[in-house]
This record gives sequence, structure tokens and C-alpha cells, in this order.
Amino acid sequence: MCCLISTPSPIISAKKKKSQSVINPNYENRTSKKPKKSNSSNETGKGEQSVQPILSYLIDVDTLRTLIRKKAIRVVDVRRTEEYNQGHIESAVSIPLASVLDAESTEKVITIMQDAGIGDHTPVAVYDDTFGALAARVAWTFQYAGHANTSLLELTFSQWKNHGLETEKKINKFPLTHHSMNVNKDIYADAEYVEKTKGMENNFLLDSRERLNFLTEHIPGATNLPYTMLGTQESILRNTSEIKRFLENRRISSESEVIAYCGSVGTLSGLAYYALKMAGVKNVRLYSKSFKDWKRLGKPVDEFNDANYWDLSAE
Amino acid sequence: MKNVLNNSHTKKSLYSPKSNPRWGREEETDIFSQRVKLFRQGKISEDDFRRFRLQHGAYGSRLQQNYSMVRIKIPSGEITPEQLEKIASLAEAFSIGSAHVSTRQNIQLHWVQLEDVSEVMRGLVEVGLTTREACGNTVRNVMCSHFAGVCPDELFDPTPYAMAIARFFLRNPMCQNLPRKFKINFGCCQKHGLMRVADIGLVPSKRDELKGFKIYLGGGLGAASFIGHELEDFTPEDKVLATCMTVIRLFDRHGNRENMARNRMRYLVHEMGWTKFQQLVLKERSIVDMTISFSTAKSFDFKSEKDISRRLPESTRAKIKLPVINERINPDASTYDRWVHTNVVAQRQEGYNVVFVTLGAGDITSSQLRGLAGIIRDLSEEQSARNTPNQNFAIRFVRTEDLSNFYDKLSNIGLANPGALTIASAVGCSGTTSCNLAITNSHRLAKEVQLKLLQLGLDIDDSLSHSTIKISGCPNSCGQHEIATIGFFGGASRISGSMAPTYTMLFGGSAEENGELGKNVMRVPAKRVIDTILKIVEIYREERTGNESLDAWITGIVKGQGNKKIRNLDDIKLALSSVTNLPSITEDPESYRDYGNDVKFTAKTAKGECAA
Repeated sequence: MCCLISTPSPIISAKKKKSQSVINPNYENRTSKKPKKSNSSNETGKGEQSVQPILSYLIDVDTLRTLIRKKAIRVVDVRRTEEYNQGHIESAVSIPLASVLDAESTEKVITIMQDAGIGDHTPVAVYDDTFGALAARVAWTFQYAGHANTSLLELTFSQWKNHGLETEKKINKFPLTHHSMNVNKDIYADAEYVEKTKGMENNFLLDSRERLNFLTEHIPGATNLPYTMLGTQESILRNTSEIKRFLENRRISSESEVIAYCGSVGTLSGLAYYALKMAGVKNVRLYSKSFKDWKRLGKPVDEFNDANYWDLSAE
Repeated sequence: MKNVLNNSHTKKSLYSPKSNPRWGREEETDIFSQRVKLFRQGKISEDDFRRFRLQHGAYGSRLQQNYSMVRIKIPSGEITPEQLEKIASLAEAFSIGSAHVSTRQNIQLHWVQLEDVSEVMRGLVEVGLTTREACGNTVRNVMCSHFAGVCPDELFDPTPYAMAIARFFLRNPMCQNLPRKFKINFGCCQKHGLMRVADIGLVPSKRDELKGFKIYLGGGLGAASFIGHELEDFTPEDKVLATCMTVIRLFDRHGNRENMARNRMRYLVHEMGWTKFQQLVLKERSIVDMTISFSTAKSFDFKSEKDISRRLPESTRAKIKLPVINERINPDASTYDRWVHTNVVAQRQEGYNVVFVTLGAGDITSSQLRGLAGIIRDLSEEQSARNTPNQNFAIRFVRTEDLSNFYDKLSNIGLANPGALTIASAVGCSGTTSCNLAITNSHRLAKEVQLKLLQLGLDIDDSLSHSTIKISGCPNSCGQHEIATIGFFGGASRISGSMAPTYTMLFGGSAEENGELGKNVMRVPAKRVIDTILKIVEIYREERTGNESLDAWITGIVKGQGNKKIRNLDDIKLALSSVTNLPSITEDPESYRDYGNDVKFTAKTAKGECAA
């Protein structure tokens, strides 16, 4: 099975994938706007004016390699420029996380995408070299700016390399292209929104930080689902069935509204955003400025000082 | 952090791996998650849920009922690389990224959200482990000396018997609702093992060529501790099951179900009197023995617990006492030599060694667990480790020529600290880091003591190495302070009008043959414990006669037989008062705070769940 849904050409997997087939629950939303023919002559796909593949939230290695070979995908490397320069996945462009976080406005994000040759319907795959969180934050930002067709690579760059897969050192540039702005407010939350929805039925505030940080202090009413629960040693995200079970144990259903946050810039919770979407939760928002913003605004926090849990860590 | 692909679990070892022990059951994980949901919906009472939760090994966390300490039973302490790796992943995902070796050979994951406990259990089942009956009024993890099978003094390896007893009583209807928890410990010889401080303790014994055990009953540590009584000269192996069943039946029938503070079997034995209890056991056993069914007897199957697929080398040389690597070491020795001296002992099998991995109060990170698993695969012919009551790991069947490689690999994962078999390796229960009953942060204190003693190089002083330091955060003895040369248990005292965390210090405890429980000496403020230990060492060095070791000197003082200035406990109390006296809180506020706290000390506890 593969993650591609609308491409007619069969993608033959070289190896049996143990990662699940991910049917994008937002498939209808994404395809409701019929992929238009590119208005830029230099879209990916070298003038193939065919239907662009719609990616799911997670893209597997085989699918990515096929699309790279067909020049039908824009691969985005979010590591620091120096790291990119030392080698990256074939055809990848460099968009460091910091440049995306520094962008004060959505217009700036659109410019970044246009500079990388990403048009309205270009399939985009993002990767990092941590555990998917940095890639997830960039991918979420693209989605927020209106680029729905954004996917996370299931592996980190180190894992990709350890598997002996193709890398190159060439610095890739693609011609400027046009991207329209279509801000997706439905996936965004700020402190005000968090407060407004607090205590509403079937609304969950999800804290993605590690357990000890959560115990120390968190936004009142938050549920902890540490990012460490999301991935495995082999993939940045677990099987959907497992994530579903974790959510179900917390009484979170596909009909719940979930706002994810973490420590400061929404990376760990960005990964949670993707995990939840993959698991079929329809309404997920990222409180991208997260706990740092909450504290800066002087909002109340829940603390737990009755135990010396930090002294249990062997770090 | 998961930033590299870990291929270690796919790597083939030279030695064949151990088989899956199948302690766990998948269906219990589903039942657990369903019960949590029902409890959250208010469909199960808090009391019923707590009982169920404890029966499945999840203990309530300190002042936070939404979290659990998940206690993983490791029967005989035997654990495989696959199991270590699984525990690493579970600790990372659902706990705090570290796991903890307990003083009863369990491995504990702290601060697991109640909703995730079933997920931890699910992962454990995959590698054959269980949390079933790790807490609650059941037969707890069956312990076995970590030297079993390699000890020069043992008559035979008791491990298969310990495993068979563990398997027989796990989920057995006869011990699902005992008056209180029940502990069974196996030793390998009279020196190694905690058989004398257990409800039932067993040590291999032989009569002519007949295998059997010496059995001790009614021992145990706690707010009131007792040393076990010897049941009879010799119990043949075909009477071991009947004896254990009999004792559990008697406890079930006569044990106190009213007073939780006095319902361990040792109180029953104490109140009834040993002779009467002993007669009761022997009489009842003859009935049990006669009426035991063939199928019941067959399910105590120690023969199949023997790892017959593995042919480990047997002894090829004369008996030599452990440890044999005891050449003197000087302060400028290399870190490697120091480590070999304090962490490695030779086995009775020539050319093989037991390597001890030093941990701080039993704490180990997930990545260290993974690293350790790889080392075991590469360098232990046994393909497993034993965790020990001293909260570390013993890796056995390591070839002498591999020791330096072993050390290098441990260094790479930050686990090459020396001192595992010395006074520096202080034991500490979890204390206020996670336990409801704790008054003080015994866990951190144990780590601080270890750090200080290693910094001062006290681990290389052989006159101290047979002494132990064990610290509990309350009078209940999870830190086993009563069997330490110098033991401490936590409390709170008013000093010059202010509350301060303090420890009651005990002297001269030992679980060895003829050993006694420690005797109370005095109270020591938490922040003065380290100075007090150092002062004791200083006084000892002035006072000792000849080659007298610290523990021997302390035993002499306990008996009032000190032969210089310090003759008895009153003398040492006086000599230590300069260190243990505190100035007022305004002059020294720091001394009135516990480790890990920057606020004023308050003794906060909640109801314990040991007796659910």
C-alpha cells in the first residue's frame, strides 16, 4: 500500500512496508478544490500538466523516491543551512526552520514557498534530523498559509542515510513560482482561543512536552501526551492504530476538538498535530506560540510541587 | 531522544538468545484499559479500582492519583537484552525517560499516566514480562541471589526453583487475596541473598546426595522487622512446594485482616510464637503433601525452568571465595583498574566474571538501557543480566579477556563508574520523588552520598568495601536500612523550634548468616548525613585495631565492645554531635530544607497503598 491517493500510476513498493496505509481523513477537503493546471510554467513535473498527486500526512520512503524520480514533488530540508550543504536528500531545497519561525507574516511564508518553487498544488515533503518535530512545524506553517498538500517524511535524515538511500550535495534552486494565499484559520489557536474553549464539551488541550516538564507546570486543564509517545526508533510516527488507542484511552475521539501546545514554538506539538490528523481527529489546532506565550501573558498555570520527581531522572 | 536508527535489536549475537519467559498475558492489558475507562466514568468505586490496579502492578504516585508507578516483576532478577530494550522504549514513551531498579529486583517506571498503564503492560507482554501481582496482597516478585549459578559456595543453582515457585503462585487463586503482601526470596549460599528477611526464605542444601533447601519463615523488614526462623534442618526438594503452599494457606487463614499495620506474616509468627507456628506448619504440610493433586504437583516444574538450550561452562577449578580480584589498589591507579577492583568478581567457572554496573540509586536512562542490552549481547555468554537488591545490574559469564572492551563500551554510555561492590554504592528507595508514604528525599540523598564517596575515593579503601549504606524515606523498609552497616530512615523533627527533614541512623545491620538487624543510634538532619558518614569513617580510621574492617568495628560498638575511646553507641553519639547539631533556621536555612527543595520543609504524606 502507499500513501498516494489520486495518482493513477501504481507505485510499486520495493520492500514490504510495515507502516500503515494512511488514508487522509481530509481527503475530501483537499480534493474539493480540483487540482488546477499549474499557472506557473515551471511547476514540478516538468510541464507535465497532469493531476498532481495529493499526499497524505505522512509519506513513506518508497513513495517519496518514486516521486523524486518523476520530479513530481518538492522536498524540503528544514535543517540548518550548513547541515544542508553537507548533504541532503536528492532534489531537496533548504528552508531552515528558523527562517519560517522568523517570518512575521503569512505573506512572508508565501514568499518563502514561492522562492522554493512551490506552487498551489505542488506536493511537498518535509524532513528534519531530529525526530520529525521541526519538519512538522514547517509543514504545519505551509498548511496554515494554505498549502494543504504538505506531507512529512516518515524518516529523519540520519535514518534515511543509515538506510543507504540517495543523498547529494548539490544546492538545489527552483524558479520562482506563484502561490496564492489562503490562510487556514481552522488549524490555528492563540491564548484567547484556548481560554474561550476551555471546559467546552469534547474540547481537549493537549500538552506535548515530556512528563517531567508537564508535572512542573502546565496550562490548567491540559492533558499530557508527550511527543515521546508519538514516534518509534524506526519512524517519526507510530502506526495509526496505536496513536488511536492512546487517544481513545484519553477519551479523545475523531469528533473531539484538540488544541496542541508545547514549550515555546510549537515544534513538539506540531508533530502531535500530524499524529492526531493521521489518527483521524478532524478538528486539530496548533497553539503555535505555546506555553512561553501563555506565561508571557501572565495566564494562570497549574504547578505540582509535592514531589521531587526531577531527582528520578538518570540524565 | 530518537535521533538515530537503532539497529542493535536486529543484530545477531554470537550466543543464542534466551527464550521468552511468558510471564505476561495480552488479555490482561485490554481488561486494564477497560477498567480505567469504567473508573473514569464513575462506574467502579475508588476502592475496587485501587485493589484491581494494585493486583496488576500499578501503584499510586505521590499525591497524584492520575499517575502510577508501574512495577515490572523480574523473577530472580533475570532480564534479557530484548526486555531491557523494550523497557527503554516504554520508559521513553510513557514514563520519564529513565527506569529504576528496585531493592527487590523489580524494575519500576514512575509517573506513568493512568491512561497509559495498559500500553506499558502491552509492551511488556511482547517480551514476556508482567506487572501482575507486583503490588497488592499477593505473592510479590520472587527474588534470587544474583550469584546463583556462579557462586563458589553454592551447592546447586536455585534459580530454576525460584522461577518455578514464581510461576506456580502467579495468578494462583490461593494467593489472590492474602491478608497482606507475601515475599519469597532464594539465596545461593548463606552469604548471598535476602532469605532471612522474607516471609519464606530458601537456601540450597543437601543431605547426602539429595537436593533440598534450608527454609526460613517469618522474616521481613518494615516498621518492625524480624529475622526469619529456621523451619527444620533440611527440606527435600519434593517437599518445597508443599511447604510454600502450607505457609501461604496458614497465613491466609490466620493472618490479621483488621490491622493493616500489623498484618504481615511476621507479626502472626511473632504473636503466635515460633514453636507453635512451626508445629502448625509441619502438621498442615503433611496434609497438604498427601492431598496435593498430581496435576498441581506437576505445575511446579523446576526442571523445565532450567535453560537446557544453553550449555554454559561449568566449574573447572577448586573453590575460591568471591571476590578474587582483590589485589590492593592505590589512589593513582587507572580508572580501568579501579573499576575492575570495585565492580568485577571472578566466577567459580574459570575465566569468567560477573561485572557489576554502577547506577545511582537504581536510575538508568533509556539510551543507557539500550546500550547495556547491546553490551550483554556482545559480551555475556549467558545473554542476560540479573538486577540486584543493591539497585544495579550484574552481567555474568563475561570472559576475562573481554573486560577492558566491556569497560570501554560502558564508558561510551556513561555507565563506567566504579564502586558498585563498595560502600559508595548507596541504596535509596524512591522517597519523595514518587512515593505517598515518604517523608524525605532518600532517593536523591543516596545519589549524593554515592557521588561524594566516589569523589573522595572511598571506594578503593578495602577496609570499607564490605560495609553498606542504605537509605529509606520513611520507617517502612523499602531502602532496606535495617540490613545496612550504616542505615538511615527518614522522618521529620522539630529542631530549635523549626521542622527539619531528619534521618534516624542505624548501625550494624546485615542479612548474612548470624547477621542482625541494625540498632538505632541517633537522629541526623538530612543535610548532615554525608558529613556524618565521613566523620564515622574518620573516627573509625583513628580507632580501628589492626586490619579491622569498618563493619566489624561498627558491630563491636553496637555490642559495647569498642576497645578504644569509642566503646559503645553512646560514645559515638557524643562524638558525632558536633556534626549533627544544627544552628537555628535563621543562621542556616539551607539545613532545614530537604534535597531537591528550595522551600521550607513540611512533612507531607498520603495513605500508603502497600496494604490495599
